Amino acid sequence: MEGLSLDLVVLQLFTGLALGAIYVLLALGMSLLFGMLTVVNFAHGAFYMLGAYVGIMLLGVGFNFWLCLLFVPLVVGSVGLLCERFLIRRLYGRGIDYPLLLTFGLSYIMVECVRIVFGTTGLQFDTPDALVGATDIGIGYFPTYRLFVIAVTFVVLGLLWLFLERTPYGLIIRAGARDPQIVRILGIDVARVWLVVFGIGTGLAALAGLLAAPLQGASPEMGNSILAEAFVVTVVGGMGSLVGAVIAGLLVGVVVAMTSLLAPEMAQVSIFALMAVVLLIRPQGFFGRAGLMS
Amino acid sequence: MLRIEKLQAWYGPSHILQGVEMQVGRGEIVCLIGRNGAGKTTTLRSVMGLAGRSTGSVTFEGTSLLPLPTHRRNALGLGYVPEERRIVQGLSVRDNLRLGLLASTHKRREQDVIAEIAETFPRLAERLDQDAITMSGGEQQMLAIARAMVSRPKLIMLDEPSEGIMPVLVDEMFALFARLRDEGTTILLVEQNVELALGIADRAYIMDQGMIVHEGPAKALLADADIQERYCSV
Repeated sequence: MEGLSLDLVVLQLFTGLALGAIYVLLALGMSLLFGMLTVVNFAHGAFYMLGAYVGIMLLGVGFNFWLCLLFVPLVVGSVGLLCERFLIRRLYGRGIDYPLLLTFGLSYIMVECVRIVFGTTGLQFDTPDALVGATDIGIGYFPTYRLFVIAVTFVVLGLLWLFLERTPYGLIIRAGARDPQIVRILGIDVARVWLVVFGIGTGLAALAGLLAAPLQGASPEMGNSILAEAFVVTVVGGMGSLVGAVIAGLLVGVVVAMTSLLAPEMAQVSIFALMAVVLLIRPQGFFGRAGLMS
Repeated sequence: MLRIEKLQAWYGPSHILQGVEMQVGRGEIVCLIGRNGAGKTTTLRSVMGLAGRSTGSVTFEGTSLLPLPTHRRNALGLGYVPEERRIVQGLSVRDNLRLGLLASTHKRREQDVIAEIAETFPRLAERLDQDAITMSGGEQQMLAIARAMVSRPKLIMLDEPSEGIMPVLVDEMFALFARLRDEGTTILLVEQNVELALGIADRAYIMDQGMIVHEGPAKALLADADIQERYCSV
């Protein structure tokens, strides 16, 4: 372990948290959709990719990055709303495989559309000027933009928590996740709630894609690999659990970062090794309810 | 008020209701009794839009219910307390009650509702912030009833409210039903405890194999040991 100073490890830990923050945003959306709608959203990676490209589009028509942070989730979330309203809604109650196949197909359509409009080669996405450079975090310099990604994620988490725990709408969503039937009996139109949940889930994926773009650029396929990783996070955290998504997201990010420090060639594999270990010990994941899939 | 005609219902391939005819008048307590599997629960679920396929006619104050989704039926003034109570796990007593108020059609202030609950269900008022699922079966049943009542339904349907509850609480609950009726709420009650149910009901229907086989004033049925023996003994 020569040359591995504590500072380097701590800096790498922060790198892992920034990567984890992206996972968290993606996995939160997936977990919301699965926990409440029992939809395994295979298009989640495509919505993530769409986030980056809608960002590029909005920047192109004169928006700045800060406005994009607000408008990208709104625009892509609206696309999500339309998909739910006109396609996915027809498949509720038909088991888990129908929406899975539908969203799988949707992801191909979205990727192909982006290829047609923006071309097949990746595009560069500049880090906003204010966030270029590095910030001294006490133990060394750390890229400012990555700190920003971590901060945005925590703000979003806070807002989501307030929304779910402190608003009437959040109460309906929490109750609807446990027992949609009683919510209907009490006079609430659950379909409208699902619509909102779908919008939130896809909006979060888009935000993740936008935040990731300055780190790795944008390409039509950027959602494909991260979809698998986000699935791992969702499964490790426990399908349907939001707390699980947060903890597992950060954990997976840190594990990847640490593995890249020690054995870079193992970084990708480490994600799946972690999942295998967790599933062997705890098949429902950290916070999952046992038997949810059956 | 509630008129059920030629109601048929299916769960998958099984034909559960085979032409149910019933009426509930304003201000009545009507009870629906019969053996397990006779179709009592399915009748209530059908009225609420929760059964499988249903045909025939169900009207509530003249509005045809069968084409409406469940939440719209609630908005018309139909309350329903299912047999399993369906207290939402992980929510406090207060949040469970709030759920009853959230539908846009019910505009009542939460404080007023809580004050009312404190009067009618003192035990619930003491436990507002407790996780509702940790309460006893009887308390959960009270909560389920209170939650259905906060929106002030015109007709409330209760499925086996006395099931698995201490006798002293059952008496308290039935006293409450009588009071609700006196205050103007109409009640449709499905109950295994036949004597108790007939004791407070105005009229009763007896159901067997998906059809109404007998109807009459509750007092007359209470006195008719033969009918009770034939359709209600387990």
